[in-house]
Amino acid sequence: MIIGLAHYLTVAAILFTIGVFGIFVNRKNVIIILMCVELILLAVNINFVAFSTHMVETGANEPLAGQIFALFILTVAAAEAAVGLAILVVYFRNRGNIAVEDIDLMKG
Amino acid sequence: MPNLYLVIPEILLAVSASLLLGFGVSKTKNRAPIVRLIAIAVLVLYSVLSFLLGSQDGEAFKGALIIDGYARYVKFFIGMAAAAGLLLAGDYLEREKLDKYEFSVLTLYAVLGMSIMVSANNLLALYIGVEMQALALYVMAAFNRDSLRASEAGLKYFVLGALSSGLLLYGISLIYGFTGTLNFEAVATSIQSNGLSAGVVAGMVFLLCGLGFKISAAPFHMWTPDVYEGSPTPVTGFFAGAPKFAAIALIARLVMGPFGDITDQWQQVIIVLAVMSMFIGAIGALRQTNIKRLMAYSSIANMGYALVPLAAGTVSGLRGMLIFMTIYLITVIGVFACILQMRIRDGMVERISDLSGISKTNRGMAIAMTAFMLSLMGIPPLLGFFGKLFAFYPAVQSGLTWLVVLALIASVIGAFYYLRVIKTMWFDESEHEFINPVRALSWTSAISALLLIGFVMIPFVARTGQDWISIAATSLF
Repeated sequence: MIIGLAHYLTVAAILFTIGVFGIFVNRKNVIIILMCVELILLAVNINFVAFSTHMVETGANEPLAGQIFALFILTVAAAEAAVGLAILVVYFRNRGNIAVEDIDLMKG
Repeated sequence: MPNLYLVIPEILLAVSASLLLGFGVSKTKNRAPIVRLIAIAVLVLYSVLSFLLGSQDGEAFKGALIIDGYARYVKFFIGMAAAAGLLLAGDYLEREKLDKYEFSVLTLYAVLGMSIMVSANNLLALYIGVEMQALALYVMAAFNRDSLRASEAGLKYFVLGALSSGLLLYGISLIYGFTGTLNFEAVATSIQSNGLSAGVVAGMVFLLCGLGFKISAAPFHMWTPDVYEGSPTPVTGFFAGAPKFAAIALIARLVMGPFGDITDQWQQVIIVLAVMSMFIGAIGALRQTNIKRLMAYSSIANMGYALVPLAAGTVSGLRGMLIFMTIYLITVIGVFACILQMRIRDGMVERISDLSGISKTNRGMAIAMTAFMLSLMGIPPLLGFFGKLFAFYPAVQSGLTWLVVLALIASVIGAFYYLRVIKTMWFDESEHEFINPVRALSWTSAISALLLIGFVMIPFVARTGQDWISIAATSLF
């Protein structure tokens, strides 16, 4: 079997769905939410690189742009994880735990 | 570097933010107020530069950024709103012992991100701009790091913001895959020549959902009330104004530019967002007791109204959106200048009932707040009425009368809670007296109230204003 674009896209779509569901279904731990965010970003990266490598170089098509975009996503994901973990540490200092169900000070 | 002069305002922001960050780590005494003053000056200079400088339009960085009348108009107001936000923040930060120089630096970086969003002409620039402002705003939400509520607000904002950028990116990847390009114009040409594929439509829906989070349009509004309530008040005021304008400007550029030929597809998305936001904003606000939460629902509803003219997809619709958002921005700055004055001897209070009877103790603020509430309701002599008029008329023109009827129903529901604030201020017994505000706060609220009441100046001021807005709106077509 030759692995084609559709296979990559399917994997990416599955990973993306797992990531999104992980954020909403998970009631335990904020760290898991951060992992789900990374999962989403990596799913997008698979998409970009797969599209990029399967793109025919004609006319206005920019096959390289997808790979460059993937590099940018990696960079921004690192910055985002840094900011997210920093906020999480601050939250932990004030609250004493990071259970998702306890993040309910404000409601309504 | 022939086109570098086009991005001088952005370069100014980037360089001065970095320099101020360097200055901040020095051991100079009182560096927070110094940094803040410089940052305000930089923001005003940025507004003026981005508005005046670009008598020429053009593209910078090989088409990644576009500078046109539209971008210039939005940037001017973003810069001014951010400068006003910093000006208002000073007193609060000093009294709450939060006065750190990072606040001003983060504001500058956030404005830089918004500036890139507004000028984006390429999906990569769009993403970088959105992330740049979002990362700065997450930190600002949790700026009061010893407060549980502020850090909870920051955490919620971060998680949902990260999810929204995930949706946004997934949409971008689909659009890239099915059109083969990231450039806005090339996307439009590709859709024209290759026809519409399901992939592009799916990508566009993901992209609009991701941006819907940023303007807190329902059903992506869940974070808004919590983040508005938990964040320090000046940060909330900043959130309610400039970032919303930048994000909705970006949505407008997207739907008019790359997706300009598939109006039928995006119109449905925008209409759903608009209707849900108007009603969730209006109904959700009814049972709020906290003024910041009330303003959160009010901003959700106002984003819904701003999406109504956008759904029309015409030049006059775009003009209506710009006028509405400009007036909304002025009102929001004034409202938060008033909320920041709600301080008793023990600290800030933020319940609506704390406003009771201030017509006797604090008449100026009561009058200003009444003007803002009436303007948000859209009562005729005030500018808010003209905002809604210009926003809804284009929608009627392009046959969306039913949408406008829904918007008016939502406005009437919304009038209830604005009127409740007015009633509390003028007819309830006073509970406590607010301490005298610093001059920056009372002046800002007075000036924005005067701008709203200044309907008499419309024939004079609005003449040039109308020209600016028309230039801005037509530059997207």
